[in-house]
Amino acid sequence: MGDEKKVDVAANAAAFLEQDEVHEPMHDKNLWAARMHRDAAARAVPEWEELRKIASQIKEHTLTHLPDYLREFENNALKRGAKVYWARDAAEHNQHVWDILQEKNIRAVIKSKSMLQEECGMTAFLEKRGITVTESDLGERIQQLDDQPPSHIVMPAIHKTPEDVAQLFARSIGTDPGNTDPHYLTEAMRNDARKRFLEAGAGMTGANFAIAETGSFVVCTNEGNADIGAAVPPVHIASIGIEKLLPKVSDLGIFIRMLSRSALGTLATQYTSHFSGPRRGGELHIILTDNGRSRRLGMPDFWTSLKCIRCGACMNTCPVYRRSGGLAYGATYSGPIGIILDPTFDESRYSELPYHSSLCGSCTEVCPVKIDISDQILKWRKVMAAKKYLPVSRRLAFGAAGRIFEHPQLFRSAESMASGALRFTPHFLLYNKVLNPWGRHRELPHFAGQTFREWYLQYRAKNNDHGEQHT
Amino acid sequence: MKVGLFIPCYVDAIYPEAGIATLELLERLGLEVVYPLNQTCCGQPMANEGDQQHSAAAEQLFVDNFREFEYIIGPAGSCVKHVRHHLDAIPQDPDVLHVRQRTYELVEFLHDILQVESFPWAYFRYKVGLHNSCSSIRGLNIALPSEIMGTPFNKTARLLQMVEGLELVPMDRPDECCGFGGTFCVTDEAVSASMGLDKVHDYVRNDAEFIVSPDMSCLMHQQGIARKAGIRMKFLHVAQVLNGGPF
Repeated sequence: MGDEKKVDVAANAAAFLEQDEVHEPMHDKNLWAARMHRDAAARAVPEWEELRKIASQIKEHTLTHLPDYLREFENNALKRGAKVYWARDAAEHNQHVWDILQEKNIRAVIKSKSMLQEECGMTAFLEKRGITVTESDLGERIQQLDDQPPSHIVMPAIHKTPEDVAQLFARSIGTDPGNTDPHYLTEAMRNDARKRFLEAGAGMTGANFAIAETGSFVVCTNEGNADIGAAVPPVHIASIGIEKLLPKVSDLGIFIRMLSRSALGTLATQYTSHFSGPRRGGELHIILTDNGRSRRLGMPDFWTSLKCIRCGACMNTCPVYRRSGGLAYGATYSGPIGIILDPTFDESRYSELPYHSSLCGSCTEVCPVKIDISDQILKWRKVMAAKKYLPVSRRLAFGAAGRIFEHPQLFRSAESMASGALRFTPHFLLYNKVLNPWGRHRELPHFAGQTFREWYLQYRAKNNDHGEQHT
Repeated sequence: MKVGLFIPCYVDAIYPEAGIATLELLERLGLEVVYPLNQTCCGQPMANEGDQQHSAAAEQLFVDNFREFEYIIGPAGSCVKHVRHHLDAIPQDPDVLHVRQRTYELVEFLHDILQVESFPWAYFRYKVGLHNSCSSIRGLNIALPSEIMGTPFNKTARLLQMVEGLELVPMDRPDECCGFGGTFCVTDEAVSASMGLDKVHDYVRNDAEFIVSPDMSCLMHQQGIARKAGIRMKFLHVAQVLNGGPF
């Protein structure tokens, strides 16, 4: 993985912004609307801030006692008749899935959205082995047909316009390319998916929460697709990240209240389904997957990112994400949460991600489990700078700026050198002679004729003439 | 009370009038104001980049300049936020901790420490769009962030409403980031400019005549964008309004 090319997120974002006058404004508008809905939903819960605190505490408690809760979960799930597998990484996860499918001679699966399965590259792995994998979530299916990963945790195809979808469906499932009516397009997809549900030998899901006390898990969707996937085929395979654990059923209420309100501003997801053991005549396979999580748990600056419940609120509120689109991040997870998760998978590949933030801090304040996302972004920058992942030109620039600011004399001569008006902040701060990055969309600031310091010296001299005392 | 005046590097060079207004205002309020002559920069640009190695010297110089003061006041939310929350590239000795705790952004100092109740010398008969910077809102608690549920407060707005004639106009996204973000404005130019332009359009939609902020750096960015887009709009530091100039 380390050999893969670095993601140039700023260039990707610029490409999204500059493709046309339609996509970025729509993306920004739709996600801001989600943020507004979230605000209204949160405002209607008087104890909202208290809930955030409790949710954060429950998650921190669980994560700091994770081995105990995982063992408890496994025992209880086994008692209920599920089969439980452990996967240290993506390869082990995929191998388990493949083994299960092979044993049952299953050639087609229907899956409900799972970020963990995305993380593991499961679909590509299975397709290479001749398995037909169909996404059942509408947005995710759109992305699959377009050969793209999801661009948002909750709204995978939010970067696409209805026109994009109409064109895509016309190419892939034979709809009318001129008909952009969402009802028409959804109906067409439903008809296409129905036979795939019936043909599938296994239904795959992720899990939003797993309960140690009962060995059961919960899947939240708005389309009910996970429920059909788990109910129709004879085999249900659930991929569960080890950080999804909650100690007790009674903890669940807090998170169910927060998840959908934070995500879309709705009171709850349309479907909140509890799976406790296999259904009658069926099989349930649970793959508890680490894939870097225990290593992340050992990172003092970054372990609390494991509290994330994947609501996407940080993405909706992030002014940078809203303008760049999720695909710009070039990773499984995008937006602010992606910035702090992705480098734990590959520091070099994602070394530019922590710079794709204005550090405005909105993500931290909106997070229902109080992850200090913005501070962790800054901490990742320290890692990237210390490990010299940044381009040499930028490292030299900051070295030069640092030396200038270290010496007042140097600083003042740099100021007066800049008096031609053009080379000062922020080029000055970057020691960057190329004016283009600032000047493409902005006029340059005018350098004042007299610095504050020069004014101050005159001001004090004048006042002292009047007999005033100053240091 | 003797206070140390912290004038950020870009204010010194580009917006000395914001520094002058700050000094005059504090003197009007009866403080003895000292501007340590050896100051340069608080270290934020390098620290923002994650470059602890190169921010250390600037941070040490900052502490050396200001260690003797009971209060250090700077007319710049993001620089003060750096000092308060992130000045950690150097060993945290008692002087460093003193300076970090005692450095205040101008609005919070006027509001929380001096508890100023009026600005009798100031009038400003214009419609004003307020830009509280993200650093000031979410880092210094200058206003309740819109993400947080609770009783709203806005210290800058409260001070501005004491100015005769001034009318604050509402905004569609009052605490959305303008996209300056320090070096972000250069390293992520396209997104940064897009955010700034959206911000400027928000003021235009709401008929603001002047944009006022406790953070001149955000205004530098927005001013550059408005000019480039041919939008006539005026930008002032909050100190200039509260002091009644210089404009």
